Amino acid sequence: MPEFNTMELMVIAASRILENGATVGVGTGAPLAASMLAHKMHAPDLVIMFEAGGIAPVLCKMPISVGDSRSYYRSVMASGMCDIMESCQRGMVDYTFLGGAQIDMYGNLNSTVIGDWEKPKARLPGSGGANDFASFCWRILVITPQDARRFVEKVSFITSPGYLDGPGAREKAGLPEESGPHKVITNMAILGYDEETKRMQVESIHHGFTFEDVQKNCGFPLLKAKNIVATPPPTEKELDVLRKEVDPDGYIIRKG
Amino acid sequence: MYEVIAQGEGPLFMDPDADKARAFFRKKKRALANKVIPLKDAIAQFVHDGDYLCIGGFGANRTPVAACHEIVRQRRKNLAFFGHTSTHDYQILAAGETFNRCDIAYIIGVEIRGLSPNARRYSESGKVQFCEWTNYALALRLKAAAMGVSYLPGRNVMGTDTFKRSAAKVARCPFTGKLYCLYPAVWPDVSVIHVHEADIYGNARFKGISVCDLELARASKRLIITCERLIHNDEIRRDPSATQIPYFLVDAVCEVPFGAYPGNMVDEYFSDEEQLKLWLESEKEPASFKKFMDQYIYGVQDFEGYLELCGGIKRINQLRAEEHMIDLRTKRSECHA
Repeated sequence: MPEFNTMELMVIAASRILENGATVGVGTGAPLAASMLAHKMHAPDLVIMFEAGGIAPVLCKMPISVGDSRSYYRSVMASGMCDIMESCQRGMVDYTFLGGAQIDMYGNLNSTVIGDWEKPKARLPGSGGANDFASFCWRILVITPQDARRFVEKVSFITSPGYLDGPGAREKAGLPEESGPHKVITNMAILGYDEETKRMQVESIHHGFTFEDVQKNCGFPLLKAKNIVATPPPTEKELDVLRKEVDPDGYIIRKG
Repeated sequence: MYEVIAQGEGPLFMDPDADKARAFFRKKKRALANKVIPLKDAIAQFVHDGDYLCIGGFGANRTPVAACHEIVRQRRKNLAFFGHTSTHDYQILAAGETFNRCDIAYIIGVEIRGLSPNARRYSESGKVQFCEWTNYALALRLKAAAMGVSYLPGRNVMGTDTFKRSAAKVARCPFTGKLYCLYPAVWPDVSVIHVHEADIYGNARFKGISVCDLELARASKRLIITCERLIHNDEIRRDPSATQIPYFLVDAVCEVPFGAYPGNMVDEYFSDEEQLKLWLESEKEPASFKKFMDQYIYGVQDFEGYLELCGGIKRINQLRAEEHMIDLRTKRSECHA
């Protein structure tokens, strides 16, 4: 098996989830690298959308910003914030791909503050477009390292909605029906959500890890999917494309 | 009448009454007049202490960086800031401690470059009153203002703490009975938008994504346009479909070449990552950052002075090549269709 770091592993595992022909609203950071890798590997017709207005660019260089000129280089349209978010709100966008400082068992995300909002231990950027994407897109994908400080019983602040406090809560709050969290990709596993309870469950475990490893690095009890599978390890081809074509400057993968 | 189901606890920094906005716009000048003035004068004349300020572009992309510098250099205070997709603009304005109220969608971060240590210190200092929103929520607030109505509905934010700390309301739709989040209009006192080209009257056009600038231009009570270059009115009239901002929205036109540096200006120059990194590194310690600010912002007369410190035309030419993905060593295009 080739050598790779944890960020490379996460980005590669995440990229495989996006199928060809789907539409995805992509946030900054690792989600961008994963979407680009999917586009270059198996999903050439993946429609990547950026909140600032880029639609289906040719991503020959990694955008540093989700609104820089590379985010709409040779794209089909250089649009705007309202058009992108309203495409999502209309139900035209299958996935969103997000990061986040904290996540809970229902997939609620915090990127606003650590600690109390009034007197935070750390002030973070806030929602940006994350709440919008997480409210509107059909399925939410999250990429984040498996770490008990990130996977917490209760997030300090629900910036972006997961399943809120359980089944039916999104609809009750007024969010679009049948939308919600889909997968969380970490450096140890791919997690999904139990159909009935909407709680996070382990579905696929990466090479070299066990369910116990994942649980140990998670601040709440995880459910087990009926059939937990082994994640196929990164291939030489995936690593090569990721390192040479997606992120040659190491903006994302050198953080691993 | 809508049935209000829930209400955010956050403060409203701007009255959403559409008739008050109409009363302002009734008196706004419509004359086809030459509005070209130096940036220094435009900021002095149109950006006042206490104003609600909005900056166009997307953080470090087609952002009126030169105008942000000038606002800091002129030591504006007590502004309210519209923290919509803000990154380098927030970083600069926080460095000058220019605002004490902020509607937040995205602040402090500079995307994958990291978080601004100084903007974070300022935001955690207790000197700024915050209200939480999202990028689309703030876009809707501008869109409502641009439409001349006091609010617009959206299906986001409900059920989250972002809602709780916003000044939005959740109400039942009178047609379907479903819940919607209602966002109050915001008419910024003053905004600055950087574009590629404008004529002397303020007819303006830019390339690339519009982000929220079409709405912003129409929502703003006063609007300063900074442009890469002035063009003749004949050129605007030759291709009216290209005009995105008509002159009667505009109060001042300032020709500021490279005015979005060290940010990216599509088709002109890519972002200067070294300069943006220098900002982040200088910010780590307050003392080193003060030195940086004294040298790069307060120690120069104008934006040209800053550009010179950063390498001037030589550096810009490198960034031009980078924008067009031309490898200056091999003279080859890096990307092919």
